[in-house]
Amino acid sequence: MRNIFSGRVGIIITGAIIGLVAVLLQYLGNPANMGICIACFERDMAGALGLHRADAVQYLRPEISGIVLGAFIISLIMKEYRPRAGSSTAIRFFLGIFAMIGALVFLGCPWRALLRLAGGDLNSLLALLGLICGITVGVIFLKHGYSLGRSYSNKKASGWLLPACMLVFFLFNLFTVSFSENGAIFFSAKGPGAMHANLWISLAAGLLFGVLAQRSRFCTMGSIRDVILARDFHLLSGVLALLATALVGNLLLGQFKPGFQGQPIAHSSHLWNFLGMLLAGLAFALAGGCPGRQLILSGEGDADAGIFVLGMITGAAFAHNFSLAAKPDSMLDGVYTIGGTGVFGQAAVIIGIVFCLVIGFVMREKMEV
Amino acid sequence: MSQKTIDARGLSCPQPVVLVQKAINEGLSSFDVIVNSEVARENVSRILANNQIKSEQTRDGDDIIIKAVK
Repeated sequence: MRNIFSGRVGIIITGAIIGLVAVLLQYLGNPANMGICIACFERDMAGALGLHRADAVQYLRPEISGIVLGAFIISLIMKEYRPRAGSSTAIRFFLGIFAMIGALVFLGCPWRALLRLAGGDLNSLLALLGLICGITVGVIFLKHGYSLGRSYSNKKASGWLLPACMLVFFLFNLFTVSFSENGAIFFSAKGPGAMHANLWISLAAGLLFGVLAQRSRFCTMGSIRDVILARDFHLLSGVLALLATALVGNLLLGQFKPGFQGQPIAHSSHLWNFLGMLLAGLAFALAGGCPGRQLILSGEGDADAGIFVLGMITGAAFAHNFSLAAKPDSMLDGVYTIGGTGVFGQAAVIIGIVFCLVIGFVMREKMEV
Repeated sequence: MSQKTIDARGLSCPQPVVLVQKAINEGLSSFDVIVNSEVARENVSRILANNQIKSEQTRDGDDIIIKAVK
């Protein structure tokens, strides 16, 4: 069956709808400049499960469940569901951990970096520059034969695991399940974790993102990588469409506030916005997809992408348990304090970059054509 | 000269494209690419089209064989 979304129009429609719906989600209750953020929302899920105890960021985000389930359902319908596994599983887990640490030092995934920019948050420019630099390094490795090896087909049922997990997480949220008094499942009473659109609207948005991104192969990391690697602007046109509709949406809804300081859930520590996203970009490039794309792939049956997702959730727990995640800028008694990450977070970013460089060097194969 | 075959089955994005790009850069005039996912098929087809290289596809079970002819 011909895939109408694989062309230029399809990718632009996908990006445009993600941008627009994200801005609407924000309008309907999601945190500011965070209509959708894969990293932040997986972090909220880690918190809801009690994997970290930062009480302001705990919520089982239905958008994440929706993206995986949407990709799962549409790939079944379109006969693209193909369970596979076995491509350097442990390395992908650690790439997921470090990708999340980098993203939480910046405070966002590439999707949120675009949404933040569309909301006027100029700190995102540093992050996007970091993302481009990280991906560029990844492309250099790819050109020199970097490979995590082949994946192999697996039994049909093996690919159900992550979609099933995501369904259970959604049901935990729907029935506000509690396993003990004052215990998990946690729901933030204040902070970004307490800010969310209606459960069903969030799920529907996630399902829509999942279906569209599965059909169009939308990937933010890939958009930059393909331009550097092959002067291919296909995916980039979708990313630019996301930025454009989110910008227009924010202007129409009065959500556009340009500047570096006073931005919601953001810090203006420029170096670490840059380096955090450099690490994340490099890890995404080495793992073959941005966090959104990894969710889609795991819905299609790619267990290696599923491991990357679980690595990101684990990384989120580490980021908050070990004080690695950045703190936003704050205003207290008229004094503006620039946030950012502390010494542990800075060390973790450096360790992460070194880890990725080592992986990039050692995981090379002789390219024979 | 024997027909070159690039086996890109199971390789994650963008390695099939990297291998095809390398073949193009080395001036190979005709070669086969074997992939086993729709995404890889689309990406390889696009990179060939971008380089004005004609291609035709055949299926063999789960495998898709893309014949590139300049």
